[in-house]
Amino acid sequence: MSEAIQLHSETVVGHGFHHDDHGHHHQSFVSKYIFSMDHKMIAKQFLITGIIWAIIGGLFSVLFRLQLGFPGQSFPILETFFGNWAKGGTIQPEFYYALVTMHGTVLVFFVLTAGLSGTFSNFLIPLQVGARDMASPFMNMLSYWFFFMASIVMIASLFIQTGPASGGWTMYPPLSALGQASQGSKAGADMWLISMALFIVSQLMAGLNYISTILNMRTKGMSMTRLPLTIWALFFTAVLGVLSFPVLLSGAILLLFDRNIGTSFFLSDIVVNGEVLPNEGGSAILFQHLFWFLGHPEVYIILLPAMGMVSEVLSVNSRKPIFGYMAMLGSLFAIAILAFLVWAHHMFVTGLNPFLGSVFVLLTLLIAVPSAIKVFNWLTTLWRGNIRFTPAMLFGIGFVSLFISGGLTGIWLGNSTIDIHLHDTMFVVAHFHIVMGVASMFGMFAGIYHWFPKMFGRFLNNTLGYLHFWVTMIGAYLIFWPMHYQGLAGIPRRYLDKSNWHSFNQFGDLDKMITVVSIVVFAVQLMFVFNFFYSIFKGRKVTTTNPWGANTLEWTTPINPGHGNWSGEIPEVHRWPYDYGKDGREFIPQTEPVGSNESKH
Amino acid sequence: MQTFFIIAILALGFLVTFQIAKASEYVSVIRGEEQSRRQSNKINAFLLLMFLIVGLIGVYYCNEKLAGKILHYGNPSSDHGVLVDRMLIITLWVTFIVFVLTQACLFWFSFKYQESENRKPYYFPHDNKLELLWTTVPAVVLTVMVGFGIFYWFKITGDAPKDAMVVEVTGSQFKWEFRYPGKDGILGKKYYKEINDAKSNPLGQLWDDPANQDDVYGTTELHLVVNRPVKMVIGAKDVIHDVGLAHFRMKMDAVPGTPTTMWFTPTKTTKQMRDELQDPEFVYEISCDQMCGKGHYSMRGTIVVETQEEYDTWLITQKPQYLTANPSKDPNAVKAPAAGAPADSTGKTGTDTVKAVASAMH
Repeated sequence: MSEAIQLHSETVVGHGFHHDDHGHHHQSFVSKYIFSMDHKMIAKQFLITGIIWAIIGGLFSVLFRLQLGFPGQSFPILETFFGNWAKGGTIQPEFYYALVTMHGTVLVFFVLTAGLSGTFSNFLIPLQVGARDMASPFMNMLSYWFFFMASIVMIASLFIQTGPASGGWTMYPPLSALGQASQGSKAGADMWLISMALFIVSQLMAGLNYISTILNMRTKGMSMTRLPLTIWALFFTAVLGVLSFPVLLSGAILLLFDRNIGTSFFLSDIVVNGEVLPNEGGSAILFQHLFWFLGHPEVYIILLPAMGMVSEVLSVNSRKPIFGYMAMLGSLFAIAILAFLVWAHHMFVTGLNPFLGSVFVLLTLLIAVPSAIKVFNWLTTLWRGNIRFTPAMLFGIGFVSLFISGGLTGIWLGNSTIDIHLHDTMFVVAHFHIVMGVASMFGMFAGIYHWFPKMFGRFLNNTLGYLHFWVTMIGAYLIFWPMHYQGLAGIPRRYLDKSNWHSFNQFGDLDKMITVVSIVVFAVQLMFVFNFFYSIFKGRKVTTTNPWGANTLEWTTPINPGHGNWSGEIPEVHRWPYDYGKDGREFIPQTEPVGSNESKH
Repeated sequence: MQTFFIIAILALGFLVTFQIAKASEYVSVIRGEEQSRRQSNKINAFLLLMFLIVGLIGVYYCNEKLAGKILHYGNPSSDHGVLVDRMLIITLWVTFIVFVLTQACLFWFSFKYQESENRKPYYFPHDNKLELLWTTVPAVVLTVMVGFGIFYWFKITGDAPKDAMVVEVTGSQFKWEFRYPGKDGILGKKYYKEINDAKSNPLGQLWDDPANQDDVYGTTELHLVVNRPVKMVIGAKDVIHDVGLAHFRMKMDAVPGTPTTMWFTPTKTTKQMRDELQDPEFVYEISCDQMCGKGHYSMRGTIVVETQEEYDTWLITQKPQYLTANPSKDPNAVKAPAAGAPADSTGKTGTDTVKAVASAMH
């Protein structure tokens, strides 16, 4: 510990310590805003890139919802923008599948992985553990730029003639391996795989940095059990990423080989469009194992940061300690372990050995126990609090509500017997959008509203924040709740037009309603984005260092902290971060020494 | 023009909302931030409670409106479907109770414990008894559900009964093909490199295997016998597909290179379903449930469930693919000139030929 701190002051002596009113050493525009090694700037880079991606990915969903709500109807404006992809103003099947594939890829990886844990790990870890920067600021910078390169490759794939990858975000071969089988499996798939490889490199560099910073660079007195739950959640997120992303990398590279140099890892016995392929002996299912060995932990990579931030936000705004800190920590740990042991529940109907399937049922439903503990602890945190409804708090409460709703349908799907019927139907779409997509988005919004003052020294507009929350919350339930019924009726995912089906064409009005609501919700997100950028420059200024009355260390820094975070010594920590409402005091910051007659907990 | 108007209206709405939001910020500064904060706190607390109440009514309304549209729930068309539906109902009740209780707590607490000047928050960092309680109760409930689930799962995925009829289902972009084993009850061997539509061998059957000589080929429509277990041997030619049978509550992937199986017993004929649903158009459908390319959404097959007699009468009219592919071996070839027409030997028209032959024989 003390070594780490020393190491710190050495590295920072160059800029942080001869402090004057102008802040820090002189930085050019490029080294301050572009190739910055300040964790706070890198966090903002991740966040803003994530927001841009979220607009793109969200727009894609609006486009394919247009097709789902109004199949066959012509929207001439689409042809104006997308030409042959929307011939006659209707979305062509290839375009539709490219849209859903990109929507999934972008939202899962670029927004909810890079944009969420990228932003908040970078921003919060040094600030909340009491460090001047990440363990390796340079690697941290590289991590962003690898993500940026991945983004460029993925964006570029949208503009090539045969279009981007279109085999679904899971990219199952043989579909994703055979250009003859699908337009999107031509150059688009190669670019998808290359982009993903770059992305994985970025995530690994980021993750190793997060882990080493948390383990080695905590300030004096900051024992592991005094860490805020945000940090614990981000820590487990990083561990999950470091252990599982390499497996996806191997899958991506093997798939690149199958596509380009004639190997047969995933290909066997294939006749496509009358052409007999020579590949024999590969296993298409092998890819699914490699994919889901990342893919399932990925769900928690997305969810854990949201859980951590929501825990913090709920506690601060209830003015009450988080209930059951150790149980929260234990359940995070249990979730992180179990995350690696449940991947095959995505594969119950692939012909998996039924006995193996039953083991995965057990492990999958087991994960509901730590999840239940977390929910009950959040509820108890609210109980007998003194709750302030900041926009962040509302999004935190919304997160819990969505996590309950989506988590409970997980108990349906995790049970293989039910999964036989519901697998790959709209029920699955509804389930994971609520529990992983929207819930994590809510966690992210909670984080943004809560830490925006720390990031930019200004507040977001509250009224817009409330409007943002209420429309999104109501919209999320209107969109995804009735969608479960489509799944119960057996309607498969990724059906862009159900009119030819006798069993599936009974939900026309519902699809229209969902489309209209999703357009409204999307518009409100744009308003949030506007609020975000407007408030960076014109928002109400923060006037105190600790506007929320919170205990954690980031609120002991100056309103606009420079590179190095604290202008003097890094503060020492004397207590856990959740002393709210103790001994009649509203809050007791972590930096305050424990008084002699203070009650124990 | 219309689009332009919509965009203009949206932009205007945007502007107005933003101005109001901006103004409200100024107003709150003038009126005292603390006071306006307290007021918005009350409003949001009230809205949260309303959200719970209206939300629960919405859940009820949604169920009233949509429950009738989900394929005859609790009344599936196969024996395994009964188990799936039963598991579904058990899970529905357990999760629904938890759902209502936890959501009610969440929003009620939010409303009840909204900020007020007189309230002191209760310092309550942990309680071992409570935590033990809500670790063990979910664990016990889930164990019971795992127990039911695995019990049903093994029943469904266990070995097919010996007397099950066997059919082979093959998916390819974007159609379903079927093979019945014929009189010998055995599906002949095949090899994917033999697949050749021009030679009337759409599945790659090996003609020197005698078991192949009576195998019947069909496409689009599958015939099954009511109350007789059927074991499907499932494969794919090009990419992964999935045999989705919503009414039977069954599903299994079709993977190129790795055959899979599933079995069930249809319990209602197509006719019975038509009467039950009072829908003369009713037909069992096979959907593709695994993303397979641009025609994924249209990869439709149908199933006719009929009595044994009806099935037998149908089967007898079918000509084995062996004879279509090798017309010289066909004892009836001379009598039925249609079968000899070489232009008809592609996969799709092949069946038409078979039907033509069949009608010629009647």
